[in-house]
Amino acid sequence: MAKLTLVFFLSFLIFSSSIAFQSDELLVDDDEFGLEGAKPRSTDLYTSSSSPQQQQQQSPTIRRRYSDPTDLDSKVQFTLEHAFGDSDFSPAGTFSARLKTWSHGGKTLTKLRFSRNDFSAEEKDAFKNLLKGDDFYRIRLPSNVVSPRGREFVVASVRARCLPRDGLDEHFIIHMEGANILAVSYGSPGACQYPRQFKLPAKWSFNSHTILKSSEQAPRTPIFTEEILGSENAEGEVEPPPERSFWAKYWMYLIPLGLVVMNAVTQASNMAEEPTGGQAGGAQVQQPARRR
Amino acid sequence: MAIRVFLLLPVFLSSAIVSFSLYEDQAGLADWHQRYIGKVKHAVFHTQKTGRKRVIVSTEENVVASLDLRHGEIFWRHVLGTKDAIDGVGIALGKYVITLSSEGSTLRAWNLPDGQMVWETALHSAHHSKSLLSVPINLKVDKDYPITVFGGGYLHAVSALDGEVLWEKDFTAEGFEVQRVLQPLGSTVIYVLGFVNLSEAVVYQIDSKSGEVLAQKSMAFPGGFSGEISSVSSDKVVVLDSTKSILVTIGFLDGDISFQKTPISDLVEDSGNAEILSPLLSNMLAVKVNKRTVFVKVGGEGKLEVVDSLSDETAMSDSLAVADDQEAFASVHHEGSKIHLMVKLVNELDNVLLRETIEMDQHRGRVHKVFMNNYIRTDRSNGFRALIVMEDHSLLLLQQGAIVWSREEGLASVTDVTTAELPVEKDGVSVAKVEHTLFEWLKGHVLKLKGSLLLASPEDVVAIQELRVKSSGKNKLTRDHNGFRKLILALTRGGKLFALHTGDGRIVWSMLLKSQACERPNGISLYQWQVPHHHAMDKNPSVLVVGRCGSDSSAPGVLSFVDVYTGKEITSSDIGHSVVQVLPLPFTDSTEQRLHLIADTVGHVHLYPKTSEALSIFQREFQNIYWYTVEADDGIIRGHVMKSSCSGETADEYCFTTRELWTVVFPSESEKIISTLTRKSNEVVHTQAKVNTDQDLLYKYVSKNLLFVATVSPKGAGEIGSVTPEESSLVVYLIDTITGRILHRLSHQGCQGPVHAVFSENWVVYHYFNLRAHKYEVTVVEIYDQSRAENKNVWKLILGKHNLTAPITSYSRPEVFTKSQSYFFAQSVKTIAVTSTAKGITSKQLLIGTIGDQILALDKRFVDPRRTLNPSQAEKEEGIIPLTDSLPIIPQSYVTHSHRVEGLRGIVTAPSKLESTTHVFAYGVDLFYTRLAPSKTYDSLTDDFSYALLLITIVVLVAAIYITWALSEKKELSEKWR
Repeated sequence: MAKLTLVFFLSFLIFSSSIAFQSDELLVDDDEFGLEGAKPRSTDLYTSSSSPQQQQQQSPTIRRRYSDPTDLDSKVQFTLEHAFGDSDFSPAGTFSARLKTWSHGGKTLTKLRFSRNDFSAEEKDAFKNLLKGDDFYRIRLPSNVVSPRGREFVVASVRARCLPRDGLDEHFIIHMEGANILAVSYGSPGACQYPRQFKLPAKWSFNSHTILKSSEQAPRTPIFTEEILGSENAEGEVEPPPERSFWAKYWMYLIPLGLVVMNAVTQASNMAEEPTGGQAGGAQVQQPARRR
Repeated sequence: MAIRVFLLLPVFLSSAIVSFSLYEDQAGLADWHQRYIGKVKHAVFHTQKTGRKRVIVSTEENVVASLDLRHGEIFWRHVLGTKDAIDGVGIALGKYVITLSSEGSTLRAWNLPDGQMVWETALHSAHHSKSLLSVPINLKVDKDYPITVFGGGYLHAVSALDGEVLWEKDFTAEGFEVQRVLQPLGSTVIYVLGFVNLSEAVVYQIDSKSGEVLAQKSMAFPGGFSGEISSVSSDKVVVLDSTKSILVTIGFLDGDISFQKTPISDLVEDSGNAEILSPLLSNMLAVKVNKRTVFVKVGGEGKLEVVDSLSDETAMSDSLAVADDQEAFASVHHEGSKIHLMVKLVNELDNVLLRETIEMDQHRGRVHKVFMNNYIRTDRSNGFRALIVMEDHSLLLLQQGAIVWSREEGLASVTDVTTAELPVEKDGVSVAKVEHTLFEWLKGHVLKLKGSLLLASPEDVVAIQELRVKSSGKNKLTRDHNGFRKLILALTRGGKLFALHTGDGRIVWSMLLKSQACERPNGISLYQWQVPHHHAMDKNPSVLVVGRCGSDSSAPGVLSFVDVYTGKEITSSDIGHSVVQVLPLPFTDSTEQRLHLIADTVGHVHLYPKTSEALSIFQREFQNIYWYTVEADDGIIRGHVMKSSCSGETADEYCFTTRELWTVVFPSESEKIISTLTRKSNEVVHTQAKVNTDQDLLYKYVSKNLLFVATVSPKGAGEIGSVTPEESSLVVYLIDTITGRILHRLSHQGCQGPVHAVFSENWVVYHYFNLRAHKYEVTVVEIYDQSRAENKNVWKLILGKHNLTAPITSYSRPEVFTKSQSYFFAQSVKTIAVTSTAKGITSKQLLIGTIGDQILALDKRFVDPRRTLNPSQAEKEEGIIPLTDSLPIIPQSYVTHSHRVEGLRGIVTAPSKLESTTHVFAYGVDLFYTRLAPSKTYDSLTDDFSYALLLITIVVLVAAIYITWALSEKKELSEKWR
């Protein structure tokens, strides 16, 4: 038990350190989107971006990637807009990504990057008001990244008090279908304690985490009528249950047997010592004498 | 320990495979089945020769049926498909019932005595048009008098004998609309009258033998027609012009068209717009002007004159030949709680052949339709009977001033169902009859004993059966200990609320929804309004009936509060705003009235009940009230939250505005919403966790705010098989309705709707069609919570270091995972439901309404996503069934046994007080009720348990003990004396 706890603790340490370390690089730049459910880490595209300084560091890598000449890919940009309570939406950041067009006509978004604008002074005030009133901080994205105009927006909101930690931690999960955004889940990366406490963030900078999710394919229904018939036959012949030891198989008989034998032996030895033909009461009287 | 026991209990319960089945003698003990036909559209009387008088009816539920005129029983009936609406009914050759359906494209003949189908003919159809059926009244078996059918732009002549299409004539020309097909009696010429662009009348004369056009005449009418038409004789029709203020008589005698215009103002003073009523009267027509019914006689030259006028609330039948050249018609009008039936001659309206006054139940509403029939009385005079259809869709036969029989056909169109408790049995007043004599009691038990020892003769079995039904007291009108006796409240499309007893299905009370604002509101839905069980015990429980004035969703709503015990309306109100959604809130006020929010089309929500107490409760929870809307046409789901009170003059303090919190936008080019579903709000989940094979715990993600959405590619939204597998895909979602997060998303390539789903606890089971495999499939999705997965440690539980009691908020990032598995299912499905029990301990069964209108009970364990091909020993002990590719259909597990719930539309389950048992009510055209025990009745003894046997055994045992004791005493004594 202790060992397990230790291992757990160690792994927790490792895990927590990986959280604490804010990567300034794209964790995944793989073009392939596989099954989402099977290995979520490898297929979801993670982007973390923090304050503008970190983005400055990021820029060389960006340039290198962008210089890659690929015919089918095109760059897309779409803006994140936010609103404080009932206010109108205003730009809050930009997502840039590459739209990869597959030979079969499908489109996927890869290499998503996010640059978050910092709050202006008015926005800070507005956000403070939200925190005071436990009101909603709302964001929206265009529902189509290629032709954002004239389309519906995908809206998400969160109680403002869920966001502040040290900085302002936010977590996007963008559900994609080709070049369309179906929905965006927005909130704090972890839990949001229920009686939500009023707390101002220490730093007014965003820690953003973004995951792109595409649809998961349902596994095909297995068809195995023949196999089942085959395996049933095979099961009887080929796979006999593993042979157990004699003791494992018959212990439940052996133990009573042993007891009976032991009992019999002691009885027999007693009988041999006892004088024959004694009455029941006599035997009782005699027993202490025998012990002596 | 107790927790452990409860965790293990389901495992224990599920360890035995329980298959539900009945013995033959148990059928009908707990279940009942009622057959209906729906609101009658057409009725054709059959009185010739056959001794048993019958009436053939066709209904709005697409049923064609033959009813006994003496008792109103169904001789035979056929339920046509939902898209196979009946356009006309007739009797041909005196032995065949002819029905025209599917917009005039299907013609069928049914044998009159037994309802066997004789022939069926699919008719050629080009486009949507009126469909007209005319069956010649001729008993001769003759090809000269074929059935003429107009439908889909073609006129067909069909032989009544074998359904052969003799000829067909194309009338699909642009703008041409056929209005009437007339055939004068005994003539071989068929007149086809139609309008071109509603401005030109065209008459074709067609030879009925060959289909050749003998003559064609047309004549333009400058004013244009409105399309309302009434044929008054075989060579004259009367039409309203486009202004609806001039009646135009069109005569087409010998092929010459003549118009004669008569302004309605000439007939009736200060007239407004007119409306031609449907009854066919010979040489007369009925026009509705200024809320009065005006009878207009059509003279020989097309001259119109008013002969009579009646008050508005009059229903009329078609005219009927009574003597050689006399025609009569029946009219019914209301006066207070009575209705007056009058039969008059068409020619002499003063000559009233029959005048009857009948007391009528107020809750049947007004008379909608009258069908008249005459018969010869014993004194050789003419007698009349009338079949009337009331506003609540009920069907009654009136004869000799009395209601001979009535059928509650409203129950064929149930829209919403809920259950209610019966009143508690009062101390002083015992409803139960006094127990019969000791001898009878003993006899009964001896019989039961015989039955259980398999010694009973067939007569005894019958006696036992009767005894069981009698002794169970299942028809009493009071609450019972097990909760088996309940009221099923069913709201019908006609706006009538019925309370049915679960014991035998009889109607305890019924109530027609009324409104000041409109004549007849439609029933939409039904909610539990007040269920006193802690406070306000002196109050009777009540339900909220939500109705609407008109079919449009923006029409103003009507609320009605009905006392469940008495069936009396407590209050009703016209709420002045529309009803889009009704949201029962999880709060009740001090009198246990549940708070409801009603959303309207403007985007406001209104709080009910409108009391200050309710308002204060609501204000307290103002921050935590969310709701969502589904815009299926645009593919958008929106989440809303309360914002503030309505502003504006008309608004009161119970009106609130909302704002949008989140949206999910499905791309219109690739996804279309076809199904959305949430959990039942009153469902009870007993165990939050599931014990795994390896002593592991899985926490169920039990959230009331989950929405299941199924979308399909727009191409695949049509019929099954209309697309290739590559073109269609089905995507299912689980969406949190507070934050709009998509918790689960799974796409099924090559699959197609319709999707039928059921959502319970933490799982969804849905049924769809797999185009690749050419089979129906059923997929199960179970959703588990990982954030609580670390609470497995016992020490944590003991030291309280767990987060099980922490409030759960949707704003935390959910850590969930899903498990899913698909199976083939051999049947097409109409609806799926799941059993629900009082505490949620009993294992669940899926209730699948199959295409054959039966209900199949399938154990939930068959759709467990953890089924594997070769389950280990531990998994087998847990009750996991080896994986198969398809779900089994066990014939014994049809809960409807030999019955069919024709036109099945929905299944409702409700818990009884006994944990093992659940009420199941299925509705469609028919009604069916039964009680189910998914894990057998483990918490009660069965009805046929022989207490006598138990008693006798105990007595015998006691006696034996006493005797042996006496014997041993005796022996001991003798030992001591030795």
